[in-house]
Amino acid sequence: MTMRNATQKLSYLQAIVEAQREEMRRDERVILMGEDIAVYGAQTLFDEFDEKRLRNTPISENSFVGVGVGAALTGLRPIVDLTIASFCYLASDQIINQAAKLRFMTGAQLAVPLVVRTSTFYNNRTAAQHADRPYPLFMNTPGLKVLAPSNATDAKGLLKSAIRDDDPVVVFEDINLWGKKEEVPTDEDFLVPIGKAAVRREGGDVTIVSIAGCLPHALSAADALAKDGVEAEVIDLRTIVPLDKETILASVAKTGRLVVADNSHKVGSVASEIAAVVSEEGFESLKKPIQRVAAPQVHVPYNAALEKQLFVSKDRIIEAVRAIA
Amino acid sequence: MSLDRARQLEMFRRMLRIRLFEEALIAHYPVGHLSIGQEGAIAGACMALRDDDYVTGTHRSHGHPIGKGAEIAPLMAEIFGKRTGICKGLGGSMHLTDTKLGLICESAIVGGGFPLATGAGLSAQVRGSDQVSLCFFGDGAVNQGTFSESVNMGAVWKLPVIYFCENNGYAVTTPVEKSHGQPEIARRADGYGIPGVVVDGQDAEAVHAVTLEAVERARAGEGPTLIEAKTYRFDEHSNRLAIPIEYRSKEEIEHHRKERDPITLYRAVLQARDLLSEVEAIEEEVRKTIDDAVEFAKASPEPEMSDLWDSMYVNPIGAPVGGEGL
Repeated sequence: MTMRNATQKLSYLQAIVEAQREEMRRDERVILMGEDIAVYGAQTLFDEFDEKRLRNTPISENSFVGVGVGAALTGLRPIVDLTIASFCYLASDQIINQAAKLRFMTGAQLAVPLVVRTSTFYNNRTAAQHADRPYPLFMNTPGLKVLAPSNATDAKGLLKSAIRDDDPVVVFEDINLWGKKEEVPTDEDFLVPIGKAAVRREGGDVTIVSIAGCLPHALSAADALAKDGVEAEVIDLRTIVPLDKETILASVAKTGRLVVADNSHKVGSVASEIAAVVSEEGFESLKKPIQRVAAPQVHVPYNAALEKQLFVSKDRIIEAVRAIA
Repeated sequence: MSLDRARQLEMFRRMLRIRLFEEALIAHYPVGHLSIGQEGAIAGACMALRDDDYVTGTHRSHGHPIGKGAEIAPLMAEIFGKRTGICKGLGGSMHLTDTKLGLICESAIVGGGFPLATGAGLSAQVRGSDQVSLCFFGDGAVNQGTFSESVNMGAVWKLPVIYFCENNGYAVTTPVEKSHGQPEIARRADGYGIPGVVVDGQDAEAVHAVTLEAVERARAGEGPTLIEAKTYRFDEHSNRLAIPIEYRSKEEIEHHRKERDPITLYRAVLQARDLLSEVEAIEEEVRKTIDDAVEFAKASPEPEMSDLWDSMYVNPIGAPVGGEGL
């Protein structure tokens, strides 16, 4: 047992490994599958656990995710590492047609306690087929839960909650946050609840809802705006499904202004859904139109200078706030 | 688990249940993809399994739960879309999953079951159980990428899986010879380093024997087997699909109906073994079971909107049970 309030300094990526280690120690039904996990990501887990619980898979994304689904249906709690979020499309049949629907189609006879982990590789010069942020595809799929942690503590606590959850959960890990270190609780039962956004900064003038790696930019923008007397409230969404409408609507009721920072493509984005919810349920609070800061409808280029301009930045958030000041 | 007389009769009972179940559907509720003609392959394979072994099926899957021994009335009510159905009327003809007998999915996405059956085999292996997993699929599904991906993983990890092809000769209307570079499906096993076996799917006892061998191999940790049962679909692809062309001849269909009916063939075998009176008693019993199931289905209530919400999540965070939330 560790001290309840003890912490250790971990990067976002190390926190993910620790979450898996703790849950594999806690529950022998937890297994981990993915491409080259023995070399990338789970090396230290191989030192500790039986290899039958750690499966280096062939390059068969749709089927190894489906193997995870089949194992989840029959007594295990698999974590499937889908490595790069653009690979989700290969596995989308098993995620959407099987994992998300099997409980429903069987009249709740089945449960699918599966975690699909995948990383959004944007701002990394990997070009259009490695750089997707496909949160909206899965937000539009009933039956899943969808997470997008923004720091090491949440990466650990949310992943642990996902592993213990009895429903299929897709976790988007943001590679722009991989190296960021902070003090992370070591208590094995430290969990971050699914479905709860976090208010990272309080303010009364404008609400900025931030998704995943947008958070550092949102906080820098808020600091800059404060120097000009604009107090922004920054909400870190953390869970995309189920959406914490309550926290967002309460903040907009206070500020009357909303900017949503989301690195998915703007059309049909998570930001679009949040804007729609606030329009439907919080319209009376709004003093100005909602602003979405998102990626435009072009593909991610290889050229670094061009790529950077597509994604959320401090300056783009400030510009959006100024537009509705 | 060889077939003593009682199990021979049980196999005949399950074959006949499939046949009369689907004939009742034609009469009372004509939807779905029928297995009539394929009962010998289905029951022969299922009789080689234990109740706790896993099975995945397909869009043509009325026979798989029946072959595994499932109760009939909840299956009938499911196809009628009723709340008393095995899936509360939410799954229907292509998703007749009865988890009590190890069925974990009937996938209406062709090839969708390969990874799930393989995953169930992985689960048994990781848990140290001697359960096996049997994956039913058609000849058409062999051309999906999941076949290659999943059979390969089953082979690499020596998983206790039986990949069981009901080769009825046609993917909807496309014949095997026109869609497979290697039309001898069992030979595909060579590509994954596992045994491939061909069997006459109209001979239930022959199917049982080869499946039992594959099951024993799987339980012993020796990995998967690919079985190709050559069978024939007497009816069209789907009750609801109009077929505008004659893609197979009337003579071909008549030949199979008259000479290659697995139930007629097995009934004659049992009669030759002096079991006719037992067979006749089963025929009487199954007719009543099916009639009762139709009455049960007709009299059952419809599901309600709240059943949809209640079947979405085990842990519906933020969603009130029976109401919109997530």
